[in-house]
Amino acid sequence: MTNHWIDIKNSNVVVIMGGNAAEAHPVGFGWVTEAMEQNNAKLVVVDPRFNRSAALADCYAPLRSGTDIAFLLGLSRYLIETEQVNYDYVKAYTNASYIIREDFEFNEGLFSGFDEKSRTYDKDSWYYELDEDGYAKVDETYAHPRCVWNLLKHHIDRYDFETVSNITGTPVEDYEKVCALIGSTHTHDKAATFMYALGWTHHTKGAQNIRSMALVQLLLGNIGVLGGGVNALRGHSNVQGATDMGLLCQNLPGYLKLPNDNDTDLATYLDNYTPKALRPGQTNYWSNYPKFFVSQMKSFWGENATAANSFGYDWLPKWDIQYDFTKHIDMMYHGQVNGYFIQGVNAINSMPNRNKTLAALCKLKYMVVMDPLATETSVFWQKAGEFNDVQPSEIQTEVFRLPTTLFAEEEGCIVNSGRWMQWHWKGANPPGESKPDAEILSGILMKLRELYKEEGGVLPEPIEAINWGYHNPHFPHGEEVAKELNGIDLKTGKQLDSFSQLKDDGSTACGCWIYSGCWTEAGNMMARRDNSDTSGKGITPGWAFSWPANRRVLYNRASCDVNGKPWDPKRVIVEWTNGKWHGIDQGDFNMKLPPKESAHPFIMQPEGVGRFFALKHLAEGPFPEHYEPMESPIGTNPLHPNVISNPAVRMLPGVAETLGSHTEFPYVCTTYSLTEHFNFWTIHCRLAAISMPETFVELDEILAAKKGIANGDWVKVSSKRGSLMTKALVTKRLQPLKVHGQMVHTVGLPRHGGHNGLTRRSYSCNVLTTEVGDANTQVPEFKAFLVDIAKAEGV
Amino acid sequence: MSAQDIILSSGTSELTPAAQVRRKLAKVAKLFDATKCNGCKACQVSCSEWNDLRAPVGSFQGSYQNPMDLSSECWTLMKYQEVERDNKLNWRFTHSACMHCDDPACLTACSTKGAIVQRANGVVDFDSDKCIGCGYCVVACPFDVPRLDPIDQKAYKCTMCSDRIQVGQEPACVKSCITGALKYGTREDMLFIADLRIKELHKRGFTKAGLYNPEGVGGTGMMMILHDVSQPQDYGLPADPKTSVPIKLWQDVVKPLGAAGIIATVAVACLHRITVGRNLVEEDEPAQFDHTHSDKSDKE
Repeated sequence: MTNHWIDIKNSNVVVIMGGNAAEAHPVGFGWVTEAMEQNNAKLVVVDPRFNRSAALADCYAPLRSGTDIAFLLGLSRYLIETEQVNYDYVKAYTNASYIIREDFEFNEGLFSGFDEKSRTYDKDSWYYELDEDGYAKVDETYAHPRCVWNLLKHHIDRYDFETVSNITGTPVEDYEKVCALIGSTHTHDKAATFMYALGWTHHTKGAQNIRSMALVQLLLGNIGVLGGGVNALRGHSNVQGATDMGLLCQNLPGYLKLPNDNDTDLATYLDNYTPKALRPGQTNYWSNYPKFFVSQMKSFWGENATAANSFGYDWLPKWDIQYDFTKHIDMMYHGQVNGYFIQGVNAINSMPNRNKTLAALCKLKYMVVMDPLATETSVFWQKAGEFNDVQPSEIQTEVFRLPTTLFAEEEGCIVNSGRWMQWHWKGANPPGESKPDAEILSGILMKLRELYKEEGGVLPEPIEAINWGYHNPHFPHGEEVAKELNGIDLKTGKQLDSFSQLKDDGSTACGCWIYSGCWTEAGNMMARRDNSDTSGKGITPGWAFSWPANRRVLYNRASCDVNGKPWDPKRVIVEWTNGKWHGIDQGDFNMKLPPKESAHPFIMQPEGVGRFFALKHLAEGPFPEHYEPMESPIGTNPLHPNVISNPAVRMLPGVAETLGSHTEFPYVCTTYSLTEHFNFWTIHCRLAAISMPETFVELDEILAAKKGIANGDWVKVSSKRGSLMTKALVTKRLQPLKVHGQMVHTVGLPRHGGHNGLTRRSYSCNVLTTEVGDANTQVPEFKAFLVDIAKAEGV
Repeated sequence: MSAQDIILSSGTSELTPAAQVRRKLAKVAKLFDATKCNGCKACQVSCSEWNDLRAPVGSFQGSYQNPMDLSSECWTLMKYQEVERDNKLNWRFTHSACMHCDDPACLTACSTKGAIVQRANGVVDFDSDKCIGCGYCVVACPFDVPRLDPIDQKAYKCTMCSDRIQVGQEPACVKSCITGALKYGTREDMLFIADLRIKELHKRGFTKAGLYNPEGVGGTGMMMILHDVSQPQDYGLPADPKTSVPIKLWQDVVKPLGAAGIIATVAVACLHRITVGRNLVEEDEPAQFDHTHSDKSDKE
C-alpha cells in the first residue's frame, strides 16, 4: 500500500476492484465501514460476482473476468473527455508533458519492437526523447504530438462506453454510475482509494491491471494524499515481509536485484541498476543503489567481504533464466530436478494445473516439507480416493516432513499491507518436535559446512563465507536478525538510525535497507505501541515502525502544490510554513529542501514524476492495453482480432496444447477465497471447518436451468487440463453478461478444497487452472480460464 | 449465581413471584446493524469459541450458511438471503441468535420454576440444571431460537454471554465484530445510537431503513437496524412476532385460575375443618396430608 489500512477512513470514494476486501480482508474492511459512517464515503465494487463487498456497496457493477484494463482505460477516457482531471496535479507531478521517441508506435494491438518468435519486445523505442545532456525533453504547452499526454489520449480514445461495455459486459448504465462516482474525486478536496488484491494479479496482464488503476489515480491527483493511493491488500499476514525480504526468484532483500549472467562483475552490476537522473535537480533515490548493495554484501559475508574481492559479489548466484515456481515445476516435470524443499506453501494445492504438479513431484528423488500442518503436498504420494488418485507403489520420491512452528509460537516481526513492521511475542510453545524455520535452516547450513570441511566438494566458498556470528549459530534469535536487517556502523559498532547513513565503502552493514530504522540504538522500534493520533487522520508515528523511515503515506510531497501549500487544507500531511516543512508524517522527500527544489514527489523515479507512460519497465507495453485472457470466451479481441491475448506471455514448450477453446469450454471460470478459510490452513481448524465444511461451484440461474442443475446438485466441472466433481450453488449473484454479441456465463470456484483437513474431502480448484502467467511476474491466470459444466452423479 | 438479579422466572406467576432484585440494573442490548455487516461469521465462530460449542462438521447444503441451522452446539448463526427489491439484488446477512425479548415467550411457556429467567439487565437466560427438556420454549419462541440437545435433551440458546457481561465485558460476538455491525450497551444508549444511524441512512438514500425492535414481544434485547424495516422477512425475521395466544392464555388465564383454584381449595378445606371438623381415619390407612398443592401449581 502507498497508504495504510487506517488511512482508508479518510477516503471519499472507496473502490474495491480486483479484490473482495469484505470477504478476504474482513478486518481491514472495518476501515471502509468507518469511512462510510464517519466520512460519508461511497463504496464502489466492480467484480464478476456480487460478493460480500458488493453486498455493502453504494454502487456495484459487474464485469467479465479479465477485462479490467478495458474498464479502467474507458474510465480514464471518460475523465479526460468530461474534464474531471486534476490538471494542477497532472501538470506538476506526472510525465504528461514529456516527449516520447519518434520510433515509438502502437499498431493493431502491438507496440513497436515486437519479435514474434521470442514473444518479447525490443523496448528501445519505449523511452523519452533525450536532449544533449541526457535529460528527457518536455513540452509544457502540450502541443507536441508525441508528448505523453497526447499519446495517452490517442491510445485510450478507442475505449468509449459502447466499446468498453462490449468487451467487459458491464451494462453502460452501471458503468456510467461508477465513472461518475470515481470522477467526483478529481477535485482537491476529495480522494478515492483503490483496494485490490489477487483479483488483479492473477491474470496474464496482472501488472498492467494495476498500472491502469495508477493512471486513473494520477489523473485524479489521488496519489500521495490522505485517503488516496494505490493499495494492494496482502493475503498472508506477512506476505509483504516476504516480498520485502526478496522472496521472488530475481530479487534480493530490499527490492535489490539478484544479478544475472550479464552482470559480469560488481562495477557492471552497479552500473546496470543505478539509474541516472532524467531531469535536472532530481533526488533520484535509487542513485544510492551502491550504498544499499555494498552494505547488504557486508551483512551477508561480514569480514569476508572486502573491497579487494568486490565485497563478495562473485559468491552470489547469477541467474540465466527466470526460475519462478511454474518454471521450476515444469523442469521437475521434465525430470530435471532431483530434490525439492517446500517451505510455507502447499504446492500440490496452490500451484496451477494440479495434475502436472502431481506428476512432477512423482519424478523427484526426495522432497523436504517444512510446514506446521500435514499438507496435501506432504502426503501427495498417498491415495485419497478420487481426490488424489495415485498409486503409492509407483512413486519413488522420498518425503521428509519437518514440522515447523506457527507464527504464534515464535517471536518476530510481521509486516502488514500498510508496510508496518509489528513485533510480536511468542504466545505458546510449539507442539511435539516442531522447530522454528530459522533453527531448521541453520542446522542444514551447519551440517553443510561440516560436510565441506570433512569431505570437500565444489564451490565451498559461499557456504564458508556466510557471516553467521549469532550467539547460537544453530538458532539465530529474531532479535539478532532484526538488528542485522536494520544495519550497523562497523566503525563504531552502533545500530544505524536510518538508511541515509549507509555507505558504499564497506563501513556499514545492512541486511535490508528499507528496514533500516526498525532497531536503532534506542531499541526495537517495531515493538512500540503508542497509538496516539494527534491529527485524527490515522497517522500514529509511535505505533510500531513503518518502512521506509517510519513514513505512513508514500509520495506525500504530492499532497502539496509546487510551493508547498497543501492542495486541501483539511488533508494536510506536510506543509511549508515560515520557511520550514512541518507535518504529521515523515516527509517522503528531503525536508531540508525548499518547496520548489523538492517538487518531484516520486523520488524513486529518475525523473521524479508519476508515469502515464511506463518506459521500458513492463514486458507488454508502456501503456496498458486490453488483451483477452489466454482462454477467451469470445475467441477474439474486438479491438484487434489478430492480437487476441497478451503477446508477451511466456509459453513453455507443450503448454499451448493445454489451453482450451471457447467452443469446447464455453464458460469463464474464476477462483477465489472465502472469508471462512485462509488458503488451505484453516481446513485443519475445527471451527473454520464447521463454518464452511465443503467447497462448491457458483453458477447463475440461467446456466443452471439450461444444464438442468439444481441448487446442491453434484456437478462435473472440466477444463482442458482436468476435471473435478463438486456441488452446485445456484445464485442470483452471478449474472450472464452480454459480450461481443453473445451471453457469457461465469462460474466461480472457491479455492479451499483439500483432502487432508477437517473439512469434507474436496478437489482442489487447481485441477482446472492454467500455468500461463503474467508476462512480468509469471503469476498464473487463476482468475480467468475456460470450463464446461454438467450435472453429475455424486461422489 | 446468587446475584439476586432475576426479575422474571419461569414456573412462577404474580401470586408466586420470582426473587426480589437486590440491585437495580439498566437494561442492556445488542444492536445489530445489518447495513454494516459483511457476513464474515466472526460472531458465529467467537460464540462457539467462548461457549465451547462444536457443532459437527456438516456438508454443503446450497448456501453460505453453515451450519444450516441453530442447534444446541450453535447458538449464533449468520444467515444469508438473496432478495431482489426494485430490480436490485440484495444479499442480506442476519446475525441470528436469541433476541432477548422483554416479554419472553419461552419463559412464559416454560413450566419449570427457574429454568428460564430474565435478569435485571434484561437478559433471558436458560438454567440447564433445571431444564426438564419438555421443549415448550422451542415451540413458543416466535424467532425459532432455542434448540433441544439430542443427547441431554435440554434446551440451549444464546445467553448474551451472561458470564462475560456480569463482569463488565461485552458478549463474545460483539467483541469479535470487525465492521462495527454489532454493538453492546444499555438499551437506552443502543436506541440513541440506532436513531442517529437510521437518520444517517435515510440521508444516504436508504429511505426505508429502520429499527427492528418488535412491540409484540415487548421490544428485544437484540435490536436490528435493517435497510428496509418494512420487509423483515428478507432477513429471515418474523414481521410481527408475539407470544402465541395459547401460551398467553396459559400464563394469563389458566395459571391464575389454577392459583385461584388452590386458594379456593384451601378455603374450602378450612371451612370444612371449622364447620365439619377432622376426618377420622383408620390407623392402617396412609395419611391424607397433601403437601403437594403449591408445588403442583408450579409444575403443571
